Amino acid sequence: MPIEPIVKVLFVFAVMVMGLAPIITWIERKQSAVMQDRIGANRADLGGITILGLLHPAADVIKLFTKEDVVPAGANRVMHLLSPLIAAVPAIIAFAVIPYGGVYQFGDTTLNLVGADIDWGLLYIFAIGSIAAYGTVIAGWASNNNWSMLGGLRASAQMISYEVTMGLTVVGVFMVFETLRLTDMALAQDSIFWLFGVVPLPAWGIIYQPLGFVMFLTAVMAENKRPPFDIPEGESEIIAGYHLEYSGMRFGLFFMSEFIEIIVIAALTATIFLGGWAVPYASTDLIIDAITPWMGVGFATGLCMLIHFSTFMLKVIFMIWVQMLLRWSLPRFRYDQVMSLCWKILLPLSIANIFVTGLVLLWLKG
Amino acid sequence: MTVETILFYVFATLAVVSALGMVLNIRNTVASAMSLVVTMVSLGAIYLLLEAYLVAAIQIMVYGGAIVVLFLFVVMLLNLSTDEFPPGRQRFVKFAVVIAGVAILVQVLIALGREPLLAAQPEAVPEGFGGYRQVGISLYTDYVLLVEMASLLLLAAIVGALILAKRKID
Repeated sequence: MPIEPIVKVLFVFAVMVMGLAPIITWIERKQSAVMQDRIGANRADLGGITILGLLHPAADVIKLFTKEDVVPAGANRVMHLLSPLIAAVPAIIAFAVIPYGGVYQFGDTTLNLVGADIDWGLLYIFAIGSIAAYGTVIAGWASNNNWSMLGGLRASAQMISYEVTMGLTVVGVFMVFETLRLTDMALAQDSIFWLFGVVPLPAWGIIYQPLGFVMFLTAVMAENKRPPFDIPEGESEIIAGYHLEYSGMRFGLFFMSEFIEIIVIAALTATIFLGGWAVPYASTDLIIDAITPWMGVGFATGLCMLIHFSTFMLKVIFMIWVQMLLRWSLPRFRYDQVMSLCWKILLPLSIANIFVTGLVLLWLKG
Repeated sequence: MTVETILFYVFATLAVVSALGMVLNIRNTVASAMSLVVTMVSLGAIYLLLEAYLVAAIQIMVYGGAIVVLFLFVVMLLNLSTDEFPPGRQRFVKFAVVIAGVAILVQVLIALGREPLLAAQPEAVPEGFGGYRQVGISLYTDYVLLVEMASLLLLAAIVGALILAKRKID
């Protein structure tokens, strides 16, 4: 039985899904409170101890598990029970291809800090993402409620539209790094890019593709259907849209899948555009060579691995913070505005971005 | 039996069963469409077992994802019920479908009888065969005319759909 993949799966699951996702619900409450000049979640206490409101995620879980789980009388029971799973599973398995560290050599053993190092990593993420849409659409249909149905319809339209754009916005990055493998992308960003031959900048995707970064972030945030792109939910128009008829932990699964998607988006943008695990201005060799005289190669490699993992987590947390900031500061879009943003602004701009990137690459290399 | 063989039989069975589910669920169009998704994803898994990674990803992305979501969108938007298919015509459609199915089955059986599966050892393919690099290169060098023709065809279809939709609105 191979032990390494199991350890990796457990690690990713423990850190990314079970560790980070509940904390994000707390971050969201606290950040919105700070932005709206409130105190925020601080009431859940255990014998007077509140730990800054960090007990709220635990209180949420207890509440969600003990609530009555209602399936409406006219609903399609099987589909109604199944759709939260269809929403949650793709969000979790997307972590498989995201590297949380580089490749490290400990004597004879090589440690590659990624679940599955596959050549078509980004295509895998897109394929998984396109399946995730069904959770929402089927939830809207199976509830047998007109508001839910509207939510499901809106979700299907929004997901299809932004799926196309999301793919096209990162084509520029494929062209620059000449790969779809996420580990290779992160490795390529572990170096320095000389702007005009004088200004040293970290060779990150955001430096090569600033417009691509903005458009990709917009498209994936729209795929995640949180405000300002929350038209499938639209609390002020269609009550709660697709998850209106869900209660208890099954509502909790929809909720969790949105939060897990926030982490996936943060990890993906960090890997593609913000250098992944790479420390700016300090490449892997530089770090290991700097520490080796003090501690020896083995320990230096281990320390370098820890530094890379912490750097990656810092970038992920930064991208989560950015998403929260956008969610709580931008007003909601109207349905037609979301669609015209996609088809009339993002799509032409992303095609123009591909064209310009191609011209520049041809000029530089050809 | 290797793991690959077991997985192949699992996904092949799933593909056949869900394809049957799609046809037999004619009264419930959404369930029918969801069965189609299961068929597409199982086919994608079989492509994965054949190490055709690009085809597998595109199978799931385009057929499993985009196209069936579009089907679902239309089905849910129109909210069709079975009354809208008159029984007489339905019987004719069923008859035609059965005839077509039998014809395809006979063709497959004849083809199988003539050329047994994997008679010779399959040729080893070069490194990276069928990956996105090779497919991209051959699409934009050897088959560039066909790609451009297909894109023109799609453009014409889009423009045509727009004209039809606009006439209805005006």
